[in-house]
Amino acid sequence: MDKGLQTEGKLNVQNMIEKRMQTKTLGQSLEKIVPWFLLLCAIVSVLTTVGILFTLLRESIGFFSEVSIIDFYTGTEWSPWSGSFGVAPLIGGTLLITLIATITAVPLGLMAAIFLSEYASDKARRIIKPILEVLAGIPTVVYGYFALTFVTPIFQAIIPDLGIFNALSGGFVVGVMIIPMVASLSEDAMNSVPNALREGAYGLGATKHEVVFKVVLPAAFSGIVASIVLAISRAIGETMIVTIAAGATPSLTFNPTDSIQTMTAFIVQAATGDTSFGSTIYYSLYAVGITLFIFTLGMNLIAQYISRKFREEY
Amino acid sequence: MNETMEKQQKANVAIESKGKENRENKTNGAAEGNHVFEVEDLNLWYGSDQALYEINMQVPERQVTAIIGPSGCGKSTFLKTLNRMVEMVPIVKTSGDIKYRGDHIFANNFKQEYLRAKVGMVFQKPNPFPKSVYDNVAYGPRVHGIKDKKTLDQIVEKSLKDAAIWDELKDRLNENAYGLSGGQQQRVCIARALAVEPDVILMDEPTSALDPISTAKVEELVQELKKKYSIIIVTHNMQQAARISDKTAFFLNGELIEFAETDNLFQNPQDKRTEDYITGRFG
Repeated sequence: MDKGLQTEGKLNVQNMIEKRMQTKTLGQSLEKIVPWFLLLCAIVSVLTTVGILFTLLRESIGFFSEVSIIDFYTGTEWSPWSGSFGVAPLIGGTLLITLIATITAVPLGLMAAIFLSEYASDKARRIIKPILEVLAGIPTVVYGYFALTFVTPIFQAIIPDLGIFNALSGGFVVGVMIIPMVASLSEDAMNSVPNALREGAYGLGATKHEVVFKVVLPAAFSGIVASIVLAISRAIGETMIVTIAAGATPSLTFNPTDSIQTMTAFIVQAATGDTSFGSTIYYSLYAVGITLFIFTLGMNLIAQYISRKFREEY
Repeated sequence: MNETMEKQQKANVAIESKGKENRENKTNGAAEGNHVFEVEDLNLWYGSDQALYEINMQVPERQVTAIIGPSGCGKSTFLKTLNRMVEMVPIVKTSGDIKYRGDHIFANNFKQEYLRAKVGMVFQKPNPFPKSVYDNVAYGPRVHGIKDKKTLDQIVEKSLKDAAIWDELKDRLNENAYGLSGGQQQRVCIARALAVEPDVILMDEPTSALDPISTAKVEELVQELKKKYSIIIVTHNMQQAARISDKTAFFLNGELIEFAETDNLFQNPQDKRTEDYITGRFG
């Protein structure tokens, strides 16, 4: 026996534990309730999604009993107040805005991410990254007025016959808005590439940019693509900027200097105007809404598929 | 066979041209025929902590040089100084001189990329790229401008054969290297280092993450490789140093205590501290 080991005395932890086990405490009943409570919280958000989807579907079905679904998706004229419900101009407007936004945001965001992850010193990163993320916190209505009152006049100086409302400045500012999303998520993806891989490449005599472009970017590819697709999905759903800056002229055009209308901007216009409850225009909101929903859902599924398919495991 | 040689030479030319200007600051190159590295009064600091003190050492050509010592004695730091990888930590400062084949590696006009193409490295933990076996081995040659598919095929095959893993992997070249076992990954990493045909290979505890069978394979491989390459291997395993090396350096607290023929160092250590360490009195 080890003489130093204290076996006797009043202090007996095991006794105390047993005593506590026998008495029922609040903690034990909580132990049972907590999982149920948490499950309830999870169910609320699931139910909300289901509820929104249900409403969209029900009201859309109401709409499609008045306007044929084929006319809706194949028609090329959208003027609901005179009875033409061809959604193509709204989809075209949305795609045009998304395209301009993507062209703006992807190169800038990706370069910013590469700089932050691979080239910036610790100090520079600590200063720049929070500033970049502030961009994501600006209310979109502010972006909208920024587009209308600041960006559009600049573009007008370059392109003389540019109207006040145009897809170009709307799309450009939507792009500016999603830069932080691309930059921040891509930077995370590059940062999580293990340093051992960089060392391996340096050890073979690779230069900095060879390491960045041939090792780090391929290894982070799935994360980068996912960030881009998520940002695009955000651009598709963006509302305030395009409502304010891109105009309210549903026209099937791919000329970025034209005024257009996106799906979201139409929903704002119709929902805030004097649309009467139960009218065809009222129901058309839901049909446009579900079309928008299908687009963003599709983008999110693509993002998930790509990040699984092209993952370089490390 | 001749054709392969020719292609390989072309590969070397591509690497040589990268460091052409380095040749110019060469000092009496003829005299250093037997040594790949000459280290003179090397000191190294991480910020204000000194990690290496006044190291003087000459690393022989086409032999295996082992570096032993307890954890934190600076052996890995010293190894990484030889291909200047240590400078990836931004706070590192050095003084003194290291000559690789007569070239001062700290000279301003000396290109790190040239040094690292000549002085390859195998790391403690296998670190293949998340690419196919083929792309892993072909990475180095591609970085140095070799694009021809046939040449690359030959380099990949030759490197995998030299790393004694061709037979195991010849049908799995397009598989992701991450699916291989740890021992196979490490030999792919060795093949990747061999693919640029370096002059020196630095190995930083290359078997510490491997099981005994894989370790034996790597040790056997090192014996093969020294016919063509100069190898410097850091190991915390004294038996391994005794088994595979020709010369052994003993580091302690950032100082080079003793550097001698391996048999001499283990059987007849000149310094009391070396004797204490190899007889297991500390460390």
